[in-house]
Order: sequence, then C-alpha cells, then structure tokens
Amino acid sequence: MAELLVIAGQRAGELHPASLEAIAAARSVKLAGDTLAVALIAADPQALVGALSVEGVDEVIAIKASDDFQPDLTEAVILALAEARKPALIATAHGVDAWSFAPAAAVKLGCGLATDVQALRLEDGALVATRAGYAEKVLVDLDFPGKETVLLTIRTNVFEPAAGSGSPKVTEMAAPAADIATTHEGWKPPADAGGIDIPGSEFILSIGRGVGDESNVEQFLELAGGMGATLGCSRPIADNGWLPKARQVGQSGQLAASCKLYIAMGVSGSVQHQWGMKHVETIVAVNTDPEASIFSIARYGIVGDMFEIAEELQNHF
Amino acid sequence: MKILVAVKQAAFLDDEFEMRADGRDVDADFFEKDLNEFDHFSVEEAMLIKEAAGDAAEVVIAIVGDEDADDALRTALAKGADRGIRVWDDALAEADGVAVARVLARLVEREQPDMVFTGAQSADFGSAVTGMALAGLLGWPHAAVVCNLDYTPGAKTATLRRELEGGLEEIMTIRCPAVLSIQLGINQPRYASLRGIKQAKQKPVDELSLDDLGLSAADIAPVARVRKMYAPERGKAELITGSAAEQAARLAEIIKELRGM
Ligand SMILES: Cc1cc2nc3c(=O)[nH]c(=O)nc-3n(C[C@H](O)[C@H](O)[C@H](O)COP(=O)(O)OP(=O)(O)OC[C@H]3O[C@@H](n4cnc5c(N)ncnc54)[C@H](O)[C@@H]3O)c2cc1C
Ligand SMILES: Cc1cc2nc3c(=O)[nH]c(=O)nc-3n(C[C@H](O)[C@H](O)[C@H](O)COP(=O)(O)OP(=O)(O)OC[C@H]3O[C@@H](n4cnc5c(N)ncnc54)[C@H](O)[C@@H]3O)c2cc1C
Repeated sequence: MAELLVIAGQRAGELHPASLEAIAAARSVKLAGDTLAVALIAADPQALVGALSVEGVDEVIAIKASDDFQPDLTEAVILALAEARKPALIATAHGVDAWSFAPAAAVKLGCGLATDVQALRLEDGALVATRAGYAEKVLVDLDFPGKETVLLTIRTNVFEPAAGSGSPKVTEMAAPAADIATTHEGWKPPADAGGIDIPGSEFILSIGRGVGDESNVEQFLELAGGMGATLGCSRPIADNGWLPKARQVGQSGQLAASCKLYIAMGVSGSVQHQWGMKHVETIVAVNTDPEASIFSIARYGIVGDMFEIAEELQNHF
Repeated sequence: MKILVAVKQAAFLDDEFEMRADGRDVDADFFEKDLNEFDHFSVEEAMLIKEAAGDAAEVVIAIVGDEDADDALRTALAKGADRGIRVWDDALAEADGVAVARVLARLVEREQPDMVFTGAQSADFGSAVTGMALAGLLGWPHAAVVCNLDYTPGAKTATLRRELEGGLEEIMTIRCPAVLSIQLGINQPRYASLRGIKQAKQKPVDELSLDDLGLSAADIAPVARVRKMYAPERGKAELITGSAAEQAARLAEIIKELRGM
C-alpha cells in the first residue's frame, strides 16, 4: 500500500510531455493497492488536469502558483508532500528543470536519489533503478537500502508516455511558503535556422568531435551535398562555431523528425545527441572506438576512420 | 571577493575493459582520467569574471579525489586560478554526487565564497547532481545548466540564462551568493599557457581530510548503492568489415538503395 508521487512539469502553461513518461515509469512499479498521485504547479493547474488524467493516476494534486519555473517552490512542494504522505517513490522527468530541483529536494529530504534512470523494477520488494555510466558504456543497477523514499529522475524517450483514461480525484493544495531566489525575466528563442532544415530532412550526415579541426569540416559539407544529405553535427561542433547551431542534432538542438537515414561519423552517442536521432529507422555509425555507445543504437556499424571512409565514399557519388 | 569552482577528474574507459572482481565497477587499470569537460567552461567563466573585475576576485578550485585527482586540479590552476583545495579520505572511495556535495558544503562554510560554480554534469557518470545537491545542503539560490551569465564579483544579484530543451533559453535573475551549474559552450575555454602550467605546480593546494572538515564516514553515506555494473547488451548493429574502400562501397550501396538512387 505504497504511495507513488510524480512531479509533473509545465512550461508557460503547456504540460511538459515527458511528464507522461515519468507517470509511465512510476506506473510500471505500481502494485495493487498502491496509489499514484501527480502533482503540478501552474497558474491554472485545472487546465492541465485533463492531460494528466491517464490510466493509473489516482489523484492529481493541483498547486496554483506562477507558471514561472521556481526551483525553490518546487522543492518546497516536494518537501511538504513527502512529509505528509511518505511516498515510496517520487518520479519526475530528467528534463532541465529537474536538474535544478531534484538533487536539492533530495538532500533536503534525505531520501534515496538516482538521476537519468532508464529502467526500474521491484526485486523482492526493493526498488532497483538502472542508469548508465562511463559515457554510456556500462549500466549500473542501484538500490536504496534503508531509504523510506526514493527520488528518481526518468530519462526521456525511454518510457512510452502514459495514455488511456483515468478518473483521478483532484486535490487542491495551497502553494507552501518558500523563499524564492529566482525571477523569470523572459525567453530567448533559438537563433534563426537560416534555411537549414534538420527536422525536415530525410537523409542526414552528421559529424562529431571526431572531425578534429575546423579545417576538416568543409569536406563533409561537400560529401553531404554530393550525396543529397543535410549535414548535421553534434554539439561541440556547433559550440566551437565550426557549423551553425541550426545543424546541431540533439536535446538542445534539433530533432531529426523526418529522418530515415542517419549517418553519424565521429559521434560517440551521448544521451543528449541520441535524443535527436535515436528513433531514425536506419542509423549508420562510423567510429574508431568499437565500444562507442552509438553502435548500440545503429543498424550498421563501421569501426574505422571517418576521413578514410568519407574519402572513399566521395568516389561513389 | 571569491569564486569557488568545484572540479572533477572524470574517468574514461579504454577501448577494451574488464569489470572489477566484485562486479560493482570497472577495474581501475582500464581508466584514462582527465579534467571533466564541463569544468573547463566553469573555470573559464570564473576567470573571465575575475579578469573583468580587474583581478578583484580570488578563484579557488576544489576537488574531492585521491592523489590521482591532483592532475585535474593542476589543469584548472594552470588556467590562472589562484589556489586549490583537495579533499581525500579512503572513506570517499564510494562517494556519489551527494557525498561529494556534503564535503563541498563544508568547504563553502570554510571559504565563504560569493559564488560557487560546478559543471552541469560529468562526462563519465552524468548524474547532474553534485552542484544542485550542494545548493540544497547550503540553502543557497541555485540554477542548473547556465549558458550565459552576467555577474560582478560581490553583487547581490546576477542575470543568467538557463538552457532548456530545443535551444530555447530562459532569462532569469538570481540572488547571490548562489550555486550555478555551468553548461558547455557558455564561453571558449582557454588553453593553459606553458607559463601557466609551470606556475600551477607552485600554486598553494590545501590537502584536507574528512576529519579536518569535521565529517565522519557516516556523514558521506551514498544515497544509492551500486548492486552491479555491467556492459549493456549491444544492439543489433551489423558490422561492415573489410578495407576502407570495401566498407565505403557497401555504405554507398546502402545509401543508394534507401534513397532510391
Ligand atoms: C543539457 C545538455 C544538452 C546537450 N545537448 C546536446 C545536443 O543537443 N546535441 C549533442 O550532440 N550534444 C549535446 N550535449 C553534449 C553531450 O553531452 C556530448 O558532450 C556531445 O554529444 C559529445 O559530442 P561528440 O559525440 O561529437 O563528441 P565525443 O563524445 O568527444 O565523441 C567523439 C567520437 O569521435 C570518435 N572519433 C575520434 N576520431 C575519429 C575518427 N578519426 N574517425 C571516426 N571516429 C572518430 C571517438 O571515438 C568518439 O566516439 C548536451 C549536454 C548537456 C549537458
Ligand atoms: C559506480 C561508481 C563508481 C565510481 N567510481 C569512482 C572512482 O573510481 N573514482 C572517483 O573519484 N569517483 C568515483 N565515483 C564517484 C563519481 O564518479 C563522482 O565523483 C560523483 O558521483 C559525482 O557525480 P557525477 O560524476 O555524476 O557528477 P555530476 O553530479 O554530474 O556533477 C558534475 C560536477 O560536479 C562537481 N563534482 C563532481 N564530482 C566532484 C568531485 N569529486 N570533486 C569536486 N567536484 C565534483 C564538478 O563541478 C562537476 O563538473 C563512482 C561513482 C559510481 C556510481
């Protein structure tokens, strides 16, 4: 008869879609008799109750406050709910907002904590969470002996978003007192893409840090052009200013939404890069490191040097 | 005025590696270690603030790690930071981000900095825990994944941008002192000069134990226990073998077939 709690999120009044994935994760360890409650802070939380009324959700806790993300408030809410309800599990999406509040809330609570969790299960009644380590090259199973409550942040794009309909009861909760140290001042939208269309491209050739030097980039632009592909890149290439940000694939860049063929050269396959391309049906990885995690999501792998492969490939187009 | 920058020595696995006998970590023989990539950016940010203030801020580098970690500490010092602190105790061998944060919290109490930076995450474990756990322990204002910062040493507030998903950024002001976790790309980290590297060897480094900080092994108990570590089941990648010419020819075939060329 455990209580499971999910902290949902919103941005400017729009539900953070990964909240439904966190619900799915919590639901996967929900046993008969357990209750699953979802808490949401928003200016108009009632407007989002419908979206959260998915199968398995027993209660939506609506906290009326500003739509602005305020880590101090989120932490105060988690503390108040944890003290009142002693949940066995608190789950939330491993989004950028959670990066601010989850570790701080966990130490204030003194609970168990694991971030970027990609699988969870109950083993003899104990919660076991799996996350990656050493740049995605290993997995680690974690448990939380002696912890009454465990807070987990759930990797996005792993759990199928919770769907189906539920009829949760709605509880209104007054925002707890919190010393708010941050003030939202506005947004800065991404720079104009300048005609580069990663989301619309069916065929992308992406280069990562393996390209080594700015002077090596040009040949891949030419190769992509010759093959009829759009050139994409990993973040360090855009951060260095070697290619415009609009070409960056990944969590803080573009989603390769229409892509059917993705060739990644010299890209290691970090979780943030995968976010933008993992779903592509045919991924080809070219990497000198046979253990690079990109190979674990690729359909075809070439363990080899991207320059040699690129040079040879050029002859075919 | 003082900025404390916490840095980590991240571990990278060799192309081939083996697990430790207890199955809870990789055998230490198979590690390459280096300053966490994110920390190049946080150290640089502190140096830029120091320089813009005409040197009116001290930059202190803190690391929790054994003698091996001295390299990462010196790498940070070589970029111009003033001094370092290294905390180690064998009891820290299984420390996680929260345990490291507990140690850092004691250092903050001792050093009383005006601002604390950490990296947004580590390149090896990527928990994104240490900085914000530290803020929680201190009860300080905090923001994670900071990709732009406007701060003058000693100021009561700072203006920053948090990097959100999809390239969107949020502009916020924050009360100081604060703990900020710094994102890749916030600046262009400098390379240490030869002179800097030489000087780094001479820079003062305080070596402290848990005892010196009034902490016991029980204070740094991890928030999660490693049951086991293992190599993931490798996906279905079909390896294309042969010479580079043969590999490229096969790849060209795949491309032409899928693209209907
Ligand atoms: C909040 C947040 C958001 C992020 N968003 C993104 C994002 O949107 N997109 C993104 O990409 N990253 C993002 N990152 C960064 C991410 O964590 C990684 O740092 C980044 O993806 C690494 O890029 P990479 O694979 O090119 O470099 P590395 O990890 O350094 O990998 C380089 C690879 O090249 C291989 N290589 C080297 N030489 C050769 C050669 N000659 N031939 C073939 N292979 C070679 C190496 O074996 C290695 O695998 C984000 C990070 C954070 C914290
Ligand atoms: C299975 C396992 C094995 C481990 N093996 C080792 C090991 O062999 N050697 C070892 O030293 N640690 C080891 N650790 C500890 C771990 O690598 C980190 O030091 C700790 O967990 C911090 O978390 P993180 O790396 O995910 O950093 P994150 O929470 O992602 O935060 C990164 C930032 O926090 C700060 N930070 C993180 N760690 C430190 C530190 N030690 N000192 C100062 N600042 C820091 C830095 O600013 C860094 O940029 C192990 C952990 C696990 C779970």
